[in-house]
Amino acid sequence: MDALDRAIVNRLQDGFPLCERPYAAVAEEIGCSEDELLARLDDLLDARILTRFGPMYHAERLGGGLCLVAMKIPPPDFERVAALVNALPEVAHNYEREHAFNMWFVLATETPQGLTEALARIEHDTGYPAYAMPKLREFFVELKLRA
Amino acid sequence: METAALDALDRLILLATQRGLPLVARPYHAVAEQIGVSAEEVMARMQRMLDTGIIRRIGAVPNHYALGYTANGMTVWDVADDRVFALGSAVGQLEAVSHCYLRPRKLPEWPYNLFAMVHGHDRAEVEQKAQQIADLLGPACSARAILYSTRILKKTGLRFA
Repeated sequence: MDALDRAIVNRLQDGFPLCERPYAAVAEEIGCSEDELLARLDDLLDARILTRFGPMYHAERLGGGLCLVAMKIPPPDFERVAALVNALPEVAHNYEREHAFNMWFVLATETPQGLTEALARIEHDTGYPAYAMPKLREFFVELKLRA
Repeated sequence: METAALDALDRLILLATQRGLPLVARPYHAVAEQIGVSAEEVMARMQRMLDTGIIRRIGAVPNHYALGYTANGMTVWDVADDRVFALGSAVGQLEAVSHCYLRPRKLPEWPYNLFAMVHGHDRAEVEQKAQQIADLLGPACSARAILYSTRILKKTGLRFA
């Protein structure tokens, strides 16, 4: 990544404009051409430096369910359970973490009842309890990763 | 939480953009063409969804690892129930914290109720940032842990059918 890539990553984390030529507007702010911005953005996505670019929809405000779930999986069984959990389309992302609770994933469903069903299915398929840890309150969340 | 029903057009816009905005000079026109309405309508609907919070933001999601933030610690804290709202707000405003949530304890195995995500270039940086949180929480906090992520098993973002 060079200075322009960093400027793009920093600028694009929020506030992409809603106008006819939004890439041209952002390109002007950071001092490059619209074509260059589009090409760089394509490269950053291809290289997985950015995992996505676009509108982020708020699942709960859509009436859906969103819930962090933790599981304690014995290490010899971890890969089998990870494959089963990842196979569910409701699992948006899943991280392995160093702790007895070693699997942490987010369930996103179209309806709140969908969460209960997905949790039951995971417990049934894997044979382990799934600990639902829904957020009760969100404190001032903002992206602050500087590239 | 307040929910907002999407009408058919909002839903078409969501389906057309949830995997990403087109990388073309006029992305909203491209979406409009795909779903058969005007670009002005697409932009007006998206602005309304931003205003009502259905769209959190329009932007990029960086890969922490690729940006050099290779140490990703989920710091978790057992904070007294009568202090956790005030202290959670203060923790969320620390520069070092990217996300901060109150969640239910799962006693006896999981005593922690406050979660704060901390990203660093190495574990020493995460621990230093976690210490800022510990200092802020003071005696209201009775137990803490840092869970480092060791592998991304899946990362697809939200998908609606």
